[in-house]
Amino acid sequence: MSQDSVRVERAALETTREPNKGLALLRTSMGRNLGLVIALLLLCLVGVITAGDRFASTANTLTILKLAATIGVVSIGMTFVIIGGGIDLSVGAIVALSSVWCTTVATQTMANDTHWLVMVFVALAVGAGCGLVNGLLISYGRIVPFIMTLAMLASARGLAQIISDRKTQIVDVEGFADFFNREIVGIPMQVWIFVLVSVVGWILLNRTTFGRRTVAVGGNTEAARLAGIPVKRQTVYLYVLVGVCCGIAALMLVARTTTGSATHGNLYELDAIAAVVIGGTLLSGGRGTIVGTVLGVLIFTTLNNVFILNNRSISEQELLKGVIIVAAVLLQQRLASRNSNA
Amino acid sequence: MTDALLQMNGIVKDFPGVRALGGVDLDVRAGEVHCLLGQNGAGKSTLIKVLSGFHQPDDGTLVWDGAEASFSTPAKAIEHGVTTIYQELDLVPDLDVTENVFLGHEVSRGGFSQRGRAREMVRALLKRLGHEEISPTRIVGDLSPANQQIVSMARALSHDTRLLVLDEPSAVLDQQEVDNLFRVIRGLTAEGVAVIYISHRLEEIRQIGDRITVLKDGRTVGTGLAVADTPTVDLIKLMTGRSIEYVFPPRPETAREHDEPVLEVRDLGLAGVFTGVDLTVHAGEIVGLAGLVGAGRSEIIETVYGGRRATSGTVTVDGKRLRRGSVTSAVHAGVGLAPEERKSQGLLLDEAVYRNITMSSMARFSRFGFLDRAEERRRAAELTASLDVRPDGVTRAVRTLSGGNQQKVVLARWLLRDCRVLLLDEPTRGVDVGARSEIYQLVRSLADRGVAVVVVSSEIDEVLGLADRVLVVREGEVVHESAATDLDEARVLDLVMEGKVPA
Repeated sequence: MSQDSVRVERAALETTREPNKGLALLRTSMGRNLGLVIALLLLCLVGVITAGDRFASTANTLTILKLAATIGVVSIGMTFVIIGGGIDLSVGAIVALSSVWCTTVATQTMANDTHWLVMVFVALAVGAGCGLVNGLLISYGRIVPFIMTLAMLASARGLAQIISDRKTQIVDVEGFADFFNREIVGIPMQVWIFVLVSVVGWILLNRTTFGRRTVAVGGNTEAARLAGIPVKRQTVYLYVLVGVCCGIAALMLVARTTTGSATHGNLYELDAIAAVVIGGTLLSGGRGTIVGTVLGVLIFTTLNNVFILNNRSISEQELLKGVIIVAAVLLQQRLASRNSNA
Repeated sequence: MTDALLQMNGIVKDFPGVRALGGVDLDVRAGEVHCLLGQNGAGKSTLIKVLSGFHQPDDGTLVWDGAEASFSTPAKAIEHGVTTIYQELDLVPDLDVTENVFLGHEVSRGGFSQRGRAREMVRALLKRLGHEEISPTRIVGDLSPANQQIVSMARALSHDTRLLVLDEPSAVLDQQEVDNLFRVIRGLTAEGVAVIYISHRLEEIRQIGDRITVLKDGRTVGTGLAVADTPTVDLIKLMTGRSIEYVFPPRPETAREHDEPVLEVRDLGLAGVFTGVDLTVHAGEIVGLAGLVGAGRSEIIETVYGGRRATSGTVTVDGKRLRRGSVTSAVHAGVGLAPEERKSQGLLLDEAVYRNITMSSMARFSRFGFLDRAEERRRAAELTASLDVRPDGVTRAVRTLSGGNQQKVVLARWLLRDCRVLLLDEPTRGVDVGARSEIYQLVRSLADRGVAVVVVSSEIDEVLGLADRVLVVREGEVVHESAATDLDEARVLDLVMEGKVPA
């Protein structure tokens, strides 16, 4: 074989390797998140081009962030459940039930007599309670998460309708809405809450025993069990965690709309799961990142905003959302299969 | 051997981190029953998956009917006349017999299914199999396992089958049904169909087989052996014995019997699997459990560990009684398990080495739930260095390590916990030759530090070489217990086989 042909072959090899390098980068979580950042920037570029200053204003940016905050908090909780090998379809319904329960006449009267924190307590307790029921029945009743949380989806919203008598409950508690709607250094409280929940979520996932156990349970349940990790208890904790996140989201929603309603949080489960999946978390469990989920939420909310600014219909937006989800999952599967072949 | 229907030469199949097949030869003649023997994990399943087109071999040749061929998909294999009936029957329980038989190649004309004609064809197939009594319109889920198997065979025959692969077909059958299965097989071979028959039951192979190929650790250790003139003892030796002599670490001089018993198992039972197991292990002692696959060895130590919930009996560690069916309770009492299926039961393959090591001792590295990751890595690095895990680097994914090094990671997990009792299920399965001796040394040095060790192994010489005391398990009962030095391989073989095969 002549030297030239060797060189040609080597050159051919190198060119075929190039795209693989890109894929290799995409396989690491940092690389995937970089991809999401690029997607978000492109989306912003589209926003600037099509809507100009209406998009690129401080006010609009804050609007996007505020909208992202509520669903974002739910998505952080969802990230934990999915990494832990489960799924929660009932998040939207839990948000509705929490919002209704913390705005009943009884709760508001008690809050007016004492402090608006009563409402906060009720919302969080209702969220945690629903999560506890989900978790206990999934862990110890051995009901498939999909079915259990589907049942909770129906029941929790039904209960919310019964409690509220299908009426919108207006908030009339001093200090409550003021607290959640005020601004700190020019940034709305709701955005701060989202930031706080994300940071706590990141620390919990990456720096604590709780996070490590979550990954172990979702990554290989049997190995986790045989290593002595209390798998069932951990699973219960995960559903309680997402329930508490729903309680927080309910408070934010109640404050923003100054109402509690059985229609709150409609289809939140879809938006949250979509954001988590786009963020690179494996639906089969065991792998995922908080940063990815935050970026996923921002991408969907920005998309929403760009569509509204351009007077496009919700329907078109939903259509595109579906396409994005499918594309992201296809990409994820391709990477996953390459990973296992490597 | 010009009349070979199938010839596989030097088949190699690699999976990430492990070589499942390392050069397998197999030749099958038309009209014969060719038995495939080997322990769990010897590579039988991988081999038939290569043969039926599910896996592509990384090396080696496949000659089919005199011409080199490659079965790139299951459909291609079926096209050539190779059909496989897997251990877990792949029938759709809610469809009827006819629909199952023609699943994937429905009888139709112009897109409309011809149900009547299909039923007639199924009736003919069932008649050929000697089971006219099964109605083509019965729902498959309502049939007995034996009859479901007949339906699977009818499906196989609905293709133009020239080679039928049966993966442990007798596992779900009683004696009468097995006899019937053999009648069916003889009928097929008389028509010139070749059969590859996989079974653990040696006496069945005596009855039905013509020739035998034995696999061990992904290699052919005996091929084309005539059933009639190969003694059973030779077969078991091929399956369980080693071709290479290993150096086992020397046993300590002093007897350990006087030390405190650490693990005490009394009358342990698991309904339908094993009964009345008594086992005492002292500090510093290695106890081996010998027996055939399916004798209940693995189940015994999994039950001791709490991975299965015992139906009777007690387990105590250092005098403290463990809660039944609670792994957490066992781990807290200082028990560790290196499970049989390392990948699916022992490790988080995509996670870093150090995380797999610290998995069972996270409390030690955490303060208020926060993990000290630098300390985790430091301790893990110390352990991997002392166990010589290669390649080093505690942040690499466990998936990238070889079988032996993965096993060391599992052992490191329990070393880190300073466990009192270590249960090892097939500690050297899938571990390459070089790493085996290291693992033996490691196990012995653990015992010397006062750990009570229980080893389960299919390899008799491993049990005899490593353990101080040996328990022989047969059909869910401990049938013998004595010092390892009082036993030899032949004696253990006798004990293991007794009552199953005439001497």
